[in-house]
Amino acid sequence: MSRTQDQNSGIDRRGMLAGGGFALLAASSGQALAQAKAKPLKVAAIYTVPVEQQWVSRIHKALNAAKDRGDVTYRWSENTANTDYERVMRQYATEGMDLIIGESFAVERAARKVASDFPKIAFVMGSSFQPSKPNFAVFDNFIHEPSYLTGMVAGKATKSNIIGLVGGYAIPEVNRLMQAFMEGAKSVNPNVKFLVAFINSWYDPPKAKEAAFAMIDRGADIMYAERFGVTDAAKERNVKAIGNVIDTSAQYPGVILASALWQMEPTIDRVIKNVMAGTFEPADYGVYSYMAHGGAALSPLDPKLVPQDVIDLVKAKEKEILDGEFRVNVNDAEPKSSA
Amino acid sequence: MEAFEILLQANFWAAAIRIATPLIFGVIGALICERAGVLNLGIEGIFVAGAMAGWLAVYLGAGLWTGVAIAALVGALFGLLHGLFTVILGLSQHVTGIGITLFATSAAYFGYRVAFPSVTEPPRIMAFQPLDLAALKLIPVIGPALAQQTALTWLAFACVALAALILYRTPLGLAIRAVGDNPASVDAQGLSVAGLRMGALAAGSALMALGGAFLTMSAFNAFFFGMINGRGWVCIALTVFASWRPEKALIGALLFGAFDAYQVRLQTLAGGIVPSQVFLMMPYILSIVALVLVARRADYPRALMKPYIKGER
Repeated sequence: MSRTQDQNSGIDRRGMLAGGGFALLAASSGQALAQAKAKPLKVAAIYTVPVEQQWVSRIHKALNAAKDRGDVTYRWSENTANTDYERVMRQYATEGMDLIIGESFAVERAARKVASDFPKIAFVMGSSFQPSKPNFAVFDNFIHEPSYLTGMVAGKATKSNIIGLVGGYAIPEVNRLMQAFMEGAKSVNPNVKFLVAFINSWYDPPKAKEAAFAMIDRGADIMYAERFGVTDAAKERNVKAIGNVIDTSAQYPGVILASALWQMEPTIDRVIKNVMAGTFEPADYGVYSYMAHGGAALSPLDPKLVPQDVIDLVKAKEKEILDGEFRVNVNDAEPKSSA
Repeated sequence: MEAFEILLQANFWAAAIRIATPLIFGVIGALICERAGVLNLGIEGIFVAGAMAGWLAVYLGAGLWTGVAIAALVGALFGLLHGLFTVILGLSQHVTGIGITLFATSAAYFGYRVAFPSVTEPPRIMAFQPLDLAALKLIPVIGPALAQQTALTWLAFACVALAALILYRTPLGLAIRAVGDNPASVDAQGLSVAGLRMGALAAGSALMALGGAFLTMSAFNAFFFGMINGRGWVCIALTVFASWRPEKALIGALLFGAFDAYQVRLQTLAGGIVPSQVFLMMPYILSIVALVLVARRADYPRALMKPYIKGER
């Protein structure tokens, strides 16, 4: 419960940060980081899952792009168990990195302890919580805006008025995207009902597939594919799917109607620039995953799969979001099946 | 009311059988090892290795059945490695088993990363397709459920029958059971205790690997790290539930599959009222309850986990 509240109040703070709150934090942060660093920066990333995992693959891609530009040297450890995470962080830190990127969802306390032990290194971690001084910045996949837009596509496309959603774990990072998707679907189709299930695993495609089959059996004709495996079930049973984080429409031609994409480049590039300039702050970089910063996007819509009037509707809403006229709610509560 | 109607749907039973298939392979494999007196906790890792080896072989151009054979071979090799430590050297079966699980898991992943250093998604293969046996569809509920299964599920059923036949109707089966109950008597007969145990480990571990291979070659069409997700450990519990009998093992695996298929349907039905985690716990809680009820009467192999050293009493 406290997590939800933190998160909600965090959004307000996030807005404040974007609006110039950076200066406040800058004044109070440690001095150790406040010196310019030469190119290329020494960067290490520590992931708890393989780099093929959708979420992590976006970070990996952005860092590889930075490496190819010559901005950084990039070393990474994947599939690091949470119980090993602190040790690996310390190892990279003692080897003398400029910047360490990772995900601290299950190791918040330990990760923040390590960061405070190495004040000269910038830490940027995926987290559901707030940044901590002097050097622990956070980010997250705030792609609820395009998720809302894909929800509109799904709400218009469903004929049975039943949409199925299969998620990994019911945590804020997953919940907020599902909630935004459901809100988007409801906005264009008030009659739509949702079936929601979680599989309690990030990486069990056979299980995700079974959950999707169960929903299709109950009449779902659009599947929100938060996990690998759901789109496969949709393809086998000839229903449509909505993609999440990555665009897999090339692998499933004719199955994926739309995808909400996450792009880590704006976040990573901003972090690298700040560390190089000596202006790195323990800030919340979540805002750089918003559409306005190019951190999130709606995949191109195929007129063969989505009717033109729906495309126009979605594009109009997309413009409203980009212009700041429409704000998609961030709701981290666990989504529930409609009765 | 709808909660009960689910039980009459063919698609529900099809899902239950699909979920149960890797468990059937695994529990029969574990049962054969344990009948010979060796607890094989390498099962979770052998699942991973089998899933990886079979899928990789097919990806590299082998036929599906060749992939199945390669998965079984890899499983057998890990079984023999387990046997080297536990049967020949007489070391702790617990420690060796956990070691095999860690080693096989890491080796499979290492192999995966060496083969695919920079892919954005694991490559897919053309997996086993449902056989779609028309004749079966005449039987209500269970017929259409069986018709949706792939050849590997039928292989799993065949393995149950074969294991039951061999264990209870052949001299070899008698020797395997005896070596798990009283190895000294087998030795007195002039049979090789080590040979029987190694053979059982190789065969049992090959079946475990097929359980993994089912996941990457039938239930899904790609290898993902972590996708075994504790299925091997479930098989160890099911072996006790089955009280080391193949026909009960089949029932246990199907029961677990049915619980799991049921919980995901209940999540969409009553998920608004009851937290999703309660449903996710359900198959495991019911397994524990079943174990408690059944395991007290379980007739375990008397020499389970006891290494046999010739001439020692």
